[in-house]
Amino acid sequence: MATVSTNEFKGGLKLMLDGEPCTILENEYVKPGKGQAFNRVKIRKLISGKVLEKTFKSGESFEAADVMDTELAYLYTDGEFYHFMNNDTFEQIAADEKAVGDNLKWLVENDVCTITLWNGSPIAVTPPNFVELEITETDPGLKGDTAGTGGKPATLSTGAVVRVPLFVQTGEVIKVDTRSGEYVSRAQK
Amino acid sequence: MWQPTAPLDNLRKRAALLTAIRDFFSERNVLEVDTPRLSNSGVTDVHLDNFTVAFEHGSHNQQKLYLQTSPEYAMKRLLAAGSGCIYQITPAFRHEGAGRLHNPEFTLLEWYRVGFTMPMLIDEVKALLMTTLHCSEPKQITYQQAFLTHTGLDPLSVKKDGLARYCVANNIPLYDDENKLSHDDLLQMIFSWVIEPVIGREVPCVVTHFPSSQAALARLTEDDPRTAERFEVYYKGIELANGFDELTDIHVQKERFEGDNEKRLKIGKPSIPLDQHFLSALQAGLPACAGVALGIDRLLMLALEASCIDEVLSFPIPRA
Repeated sequence: MATVSTNEFKGGLKLMLDGEPCTILENEYVKPGKGQAFNRVKIRKLISGKVLEKTFKSGESFEAADVMDTELAYLYTDGEFYHFMNNDTFEQIAADEKAVGDNLKWLVENDVCTITLWNGSPIAVTPPNFVELEITETDPGLKGDTAGTGGKPATLSTGAVVRVPLFVQTGEVIKVDTRSGEYVSRAQK
Repeated sequence: MWQPTAPLDNLRKRAALLTAIRDFFSERNVLEVDTPRLSNSGVTDVHLDNFTVAFEHGSHNQQKLYLQTSPEYAMKRLLAAGSGCIYQITPAFRHEGAGRLHNPEFTLLEWYRVGFTMPMLIDEVKALLMTTLHCSEPKQITYQQAFLTHTGLDPLSVKKDGLARYCVANNIPLYDDENKLSHDDLLQMIFSWVIEPVIGREVPCVVTHFPSSQAALARLTEDDPRTAERFEVYYKGIELANGFDELTDIHVQKERFEGDNEKRLKIGKPSIPLDQHFLSALQAGLPACAGVALGIDRLLMLALEASCIDEVLSFPIPRA
């Protein structure tokens, strides 16, 4: 079993904590002049997605988590599983709904997503930072409105709802930032 | 990896800072001294660990030497020998991790003023900071007042379970089972988690009168022996300096060293043989004085607004 010590902590390192694989977001080595050294760490639990702050006594060791990220293209869903394919090896992997989570609404066929594998099984799916989706429903903007003020809600083909400017209409394809869920622009033709 | 991590311009500024410090002490008639980095003895501080070196001379004779964690004992021997006021800019070594604010080898400025009390030395530290960092006059607060203001706890009377309850109520994650942590560990945790981030943001903050349990080599406060004549300087989240009105009583000093060693053994660390030369110097008589150690690399970080110590070091430990 591979172990990692606090001395090896850095952003991106994966370790097991309370039986769940976690990734380190931030690590700070703290050593009060006359006090015990410790590591102040911000961690994301990879399955629940929860972010928490922890402290560890410096020098402590932990079980490393066999976690790796892989870039796979989204193919289709059979209603239960979401199927992805490695574009180089054509190897396919199926992720369940739990792994896909809320990111379901950003899955676009053939888009390359980051699939996080723990012991070979998908535990998280991260869509590309930007996706292009068609608007299936939005109120017609009022005539004369240009950039708009607050915008209006628009439903996209995947079911995602984003705020768009008033001039954008049903049937148009727009670019959305999946990290913030915000409208970026009309898609370039 | 062969290249320096500090931009060359930062190394030029480092040199200029050292010149400014030497000018500062030259104007005040403080003598620059040099003491050995390698010593026959280490330190007993519970949370400080020396690097050790094997000195081999002859086939039957192997001697363990210690790289200094600070030049304190050697400089106090000079003081006892009648040197008068002295300062030193020297490498120091601590066997601990590297981080944003830490490198196992770093540079210390340490100075001693014969006849100074803690308030007098604090004034000089403030003057040095204003000269080198071009900041406004630093603020000053007692350890007790800092706790009362920012946590509502009185560090001089609160019991351990009160500190533990505070940590739980304020979501301060502890690195160990609270039963295994000492009263001082909990105070230090709360200090670094709650107080350090809010003091010394605009100007440096001098925190004075640490609890006597954290006195180290400081004498106790005469009219309140619950506290020690020890101060620290914090600025922008960085612990910059640690100073004492120096303990000159050999018996008390010996007791503290032995107490340290007991605590070391309890947490599975080796006990450290006491520095006999230092104790002999105390026996001979250390003049009443105040002294302070200040991290030069951190001072430069603050002067240059660097966020990581690597930006001011030529070759931090991974490249050393």
